[in-house]
Amino acid sequence: MANHAEPVTMAGGFVEDAEAQARFAARRRYLAWRGRLLPVAAVIVFLLVWWQAVEIFDIKPFIAPSPVAVAAVLYTRFDMLMTNLLPTAIEAVSGFLLGNFAAISLATAFVYRKTMEEALFPIAVMVNTIPVVAKAPILVLLLGNGMEPKIAIAAIICFFPTLVNMTRGLRDVRSEQLELMRVLSATPREVFLRIRVPNALPYLFSALKIAASTAVIGAIVGEWIGSTKGIGALIIQSTYNFDSPLLYATIVVGSTFSALFFGVISLIERRVLRWNVPHNA
Amino acid sequence: MAVALARRDPAPAASADAVVCEHVTVRFTTERGTVTALENIDLTIPRGSFLTLLGPSGCGKSTLLRVMADLIEPTSGRIAVLGDVPATARQNREIGFVFQDAALLPWRSVMENVTLPLEVGGGKALPGARAPQELLSLVGLTGWETAYPHELSGGMRQRVAIARALVSGPRLLLMDEPFGALDEITRDRLNEELLQVWESTGTTIVFVTHSIYEAAFLGQKVLLLAARPGRVRELVPVPLPTPRRLAMRETPEFVALAGHLRRVLETC
Repeated sequence: MANHAEPVTMAGGFVEDAEAQARFAARRRYLAWRGRLLPVAAVIVFLLVWWQAVEIFDIKPFIAPSPVAVAAVLYTRFDMLMTNLLPTAIEAVSGFLLGNFAAISLATAFVYRKTMEEALFPIAVMVNTIPVVAKAPILVLLLGNGMEPKIAIAAIICFFPTLVNMTRGLRDVRSEQLELMRVLSATPREVFLRIRVPNALPYLFSALKIAASTAVIGAIVGEWIGSTKGIGALIIQSTYNFDSPLLYATIVVGSTFSALFFGVISLIERRVLRWNVPHNA
Repeated sequence: MAVALARRDPAPAASADAVVCEHVTVRFTTERGTVTALENIDLTIPRGSFLTLLGPSGCGKSTLLRVMADLIEPTSGRIAVLGDVPATARQNREIGFVFQDAALLPWRSVMENVTLPLEVGGGKALPGARAPQELLSLVGLTGWETAYPHELSGGMRQRVAIARALVSGPRLLLMDEPFGALDEITRDRLNEELLQVWESTGTTIVFVTHSIYEAAFLGQKVLLLAARPGRVRELVPVPLPTPRRLAMRETPEFVALAGHLRRVLETC
């Protein structure tokens, strides 16, 4: 076949044109900076409007604090905020790992044992319909007042999306790929590791990205009930004390952590799924 | 050299033939009833030959290919592949299969796709295995080892699929309309190159197509199948010399052959 190879250069027919390439690069740089600066500018404008509104209409601090007051709390009480973030972060990450591990294991069982899916999936759907605020007190009663119920809530909240996505990803394999593996006399283990798992990875990562933010929400809601430390406890305390600058600062810390968690998962996804076109596009 | 349709072979020298079908019948049971995909197929394909299967859609040509690959079990009748039951030939990794849409694994690079057959099969030794790099150069893809399937054109993907099917050193290569989705220019080029692969490897090739020209250009013989139920209509020898060149399609012999195939197909 060698003597009739298809053109091997992707740029066949193109002539080097330094000026056009420079223009193209400049345009791409401009678009990249635009994409980064526009949201920053929008946030700054929003904060300015908020600040001026509080000043001009003389809004009481316990109704809505000025962003300056929130920033001051973030700066002066940073250590206290971080001390409270730590347990929430541990609970969210532990729950994330536990819930997703359980969901991936059960999805694998579902794919190979249809009976298990028929028996257990309705239960999973039912548990998923219970609101988080209702699950939290039940788990506190069951597991006590420590980190355990918070981890459990975060795990349960991660569990369902991953279970559904992973089951689909492991199952929706193209029939020709399975036929190929049969022609190659591949063992069931080889089919699982070389076809089903890589096929499920894009599905898994879309579930993990949802789970990254919901795990933090789960941990915070868990801390609302009978907890003395953590982002959730701080939200409740500052609300009851009408300390709205602290409340807002706590929310900023919680959201920032959530966004970072999401970013880490996205980063891992981009490294693992380099072959996935729709993701890169 | 010749592909013979053996209704009653007096001395079936099984090992000399790549595939022997005796009264092979395949029925599928569906909700709406039973469909006979293949009825009473008798066929002998000698080793090293190139047979094309041609027929209208629904004639069971893909089913016949899948019976040879041990992907479908015949409802009745007997089939021998390389002198044994198809399952043995498959487990010995003597069968290569090329699918219509390449069926590459999108998460593997070109090289990783080609080496897949060497990794699977429960660690069984492959004495006939060929060097992946050599096969990539045989199909003209040197330099593309690290590219992913989505970066390749349709024709290049099929080249990867061909290299992958050849890497275990199979003695029987089954191809299910591999160039059906390609544009005509790419298809012509790949047809010519496939014949070079066939000549250089000595592999028996069974090639399913619905293109009259492709069937006549590639095959030493063309097996015409009729539809509903799928059955052998005619085994047509191709009177063209080897090596084949695309220009031969303008010779009177080729035009006459294509005309004959078309007329028979119209009655299938």
